[in-house]
Amino acid sequence: MIALAQELLGSLARFLERLGGLSRFTLSVLRQCPAALLRPRLVVEQIYNAGALSLVIIMTCGLFVGMVLGLQGHDLLQRFGSEESLGMGAALSLLKELGPVVTALLFAGRAGTALASELGLMRATDQISAMEIMAVDPMRRVVVPRFLGGVIAMPLLTAVFITVALFGVQLVGVQLLGVDQGQFWSQMRGAVELDDVREGLLKGLAFGVACSLIAVYEGYNAEPTAEGVGRATTRTVVISAVVTLVLDYILTAIML
Amino acid sequence: MRPSRTIDISTGLFVLLGFAAILFLVTQITNREFSLHSDSYRLQAQFENVGGLKPGAPVSMAGVTIGRVESIGYDMSLFKAVVTLRIDGRYNQIPNDSDASILTAGLLGGQYIGISPGGSEESFKDGDRVEFVQDAIVLENLISKYLFSQASGKHQDSSAPAPDSGAPPGPERTGE
Amino acid sequence: MFQGLDLGILRGQVTAIMGPSGTGKTTLLRLITGQLQAGAGQVLVEGRDVSRLDRRELYAMRRRMGMLFQNGALLTDLDVFENVAFPLREHARLPERLVRTIVLTKLQAVGLRGAARLRPQELSGGMARRVALARAIVMDPELLLYDEPFAGLDPISMGVVLRLIRSLNDALGISSVVVTHDVNEISQIADESYILSGGRVVASGTPSELREHPSPIVHQFMDGLADGPVSFHYPAPDYRQQLLDRTEVA
Repeated sequence: MIALAQELLGSLARFLERLGGLSRFTLSVLRQCPAALLRPRLVVEQIYNAGALSLVIIMTCGLFVGMVLGLQGHDLLQRFGSEESLGMGAALSLLKELGPVVTALLFAGRAGTALASELGLMRATDQISAMEIMAVDPMRRVVVPRFLGGVIAMPLLTAVFITVALFGVQLVGVQLLGVDQGQFWSQMRGAVELDDVREGLLKGLAFGVACSLIAVYEGYNAEPTAEGVGRATTRTVVISAVVTLVLDYILTAIML
Repeated sequence: MRPSRTIDISTGLFVLLGFAAILFLVTQITNREFSLHSDSYRLQAQFENVGGLKPGAPVSMAGVTIGRVESIGYDMSLFKAVVTLRIDGRYNQIPNDSDASILTAGLLGGQYIGISPGGSEESFKDGDRVEFVQDAIVLENLISKYLFSQASGKHQDSSAPAPDSGAPPGPERTGE
Repeated sequence: MFQGLDLGILRGQVTAIMGPSGTGKTTLLRLITGQLQAGAGQVLVEGRDVSRLDRRELYAMRRRMGMLFQNGALLTDLDVFENVAFPLREHARLPERLVRTIVLTKLQAVGLRGAARLRPQELSGGMARRVALARAIVMDPELLLYDEPFAGLDPISMGVVLRLIRSLNDALGISSVVVTHDVNEISQIADESYILSGGRVVASGTPSELREHPSPIVHQFMDGLADGPVSFHYPAPDYRQQLLDRTEVA
């Protein structure tokens, strides 16, 4: 019994320690952001790394999510006789929830792991140490550009996901299942507010900050071994997923 | 082409695509009403009961949205709710004896303000108060009104006085 | 982990730091570069305590040091040329022609000028280490630190690195500190050697002095004996007892 309590206490202490480390790391990263922007070359490379390279998976998944949404939505609305509202329902659910959350999860899986493993590998092969000794601040040179790349890429990826998904919905709803095209878009226009778009993009940005931060943190602080890098990569995905969903609830509650 | 150049171009394309997507979402799927803030004007209306009306609810005439509810406040001296409406500047010829009612969209939809035009030659100006208003219909009031009118109607119809004038509805009522 | 460690590196010399595994030789290097802080005591580089320097001063000091890591630690996203040019690009605003000249000169010094456009993944272990050496000297440091430079090299590459350490030290007029346990190799070029064990210096002197050293642990280390003060057997219970016991292994 005592042993169990001690275990829990130990875990709690470790958790707090990590949290504290993460907070200090976050402050450090944020502080270096303005300086890192002075080297746009590095940031651009990272936007490419996190964003452009994720496009294919985002668009593919976006298309299929949209198509499934079209199928399910149509089936559901048919029971109430309001198939014409498919566009409206799909747009709202994509904009407010599905778009940002699914994009964030995909981002964590593709870009987050890439960022974490790159940094972890650098740590394991002493590249970070070498930089420190060459009097180059590794935060500024490798960490913060990756963070910024992720933060900038996420909202853009979210927008692309939602757009492609909407076309997927249309593909299934209008072309396949016969919903009237005019109704599809006009009902959507009637119901979607600018605020909804803003909500979705803001969430995308927030998730981008969270997932990028987690990825660079885990990578930078990975144990300098092969297993350490692997563990860091796994942790990135898991923690990013949990944080994204928790953040989703908080943001939704605030914005509604 | 140097690899860094490919990266630059690809990134540029990606960012362009992202912004194009954002632009699409903002313009193509929302109801475009950002023109509302360019020379719009304000009207005020006082209600006994605003029901479920919220700021941001539409103000419409003949079913066309011409403005928004900007804010809802309470006046302690008048004991009334004061609703501020922001009307698009294009619709500046609303007769100043028009009335504003709080209506419900559909059966269970949100509440909005509907304006029915009056006959006056003069139009509303910025800051005017809408004289004629109709409060929100509250379901409980409606039901009690109905029941009360039924009770007084019954009382007038029957020759013998009711055994207990203040009695709650009796069994015969449920059959109606 | 050190107790009463006291050693000095003389200018212009090649100093070797040796000892059994785990005695903290790499830790020592990290103390010199300021990557680790000493809990007690001082680390003086050119008379200034490294652990007392603030960030800017520390970075300024590090610019005058060069370090060669065990696995080279080249940046994997840059090619050989860019790797060697890295410190120049980060710290100085030099015209491209000058950068090119400097980089090619340093690569020539290590014999890899022709490999300038290869990527780190394409290099053998020995070549990678030489490129890292070129990078370490590109800013003309005054102090060069080597962390196990001979580990895992074939005899030829080892000979190359040995020769480079000595000739660079003399040609550039710098001080070199080599952490290693390749006794025979380093003895060929070291001016002064320190042997660490148990967190302390147990012996110091020229390679020939150390060979004659009376201490048994120095003797075991220098001659590579399997058993001695550093025991062959990991602590274990009595052998006969354990075999007859047949219950627990540990």
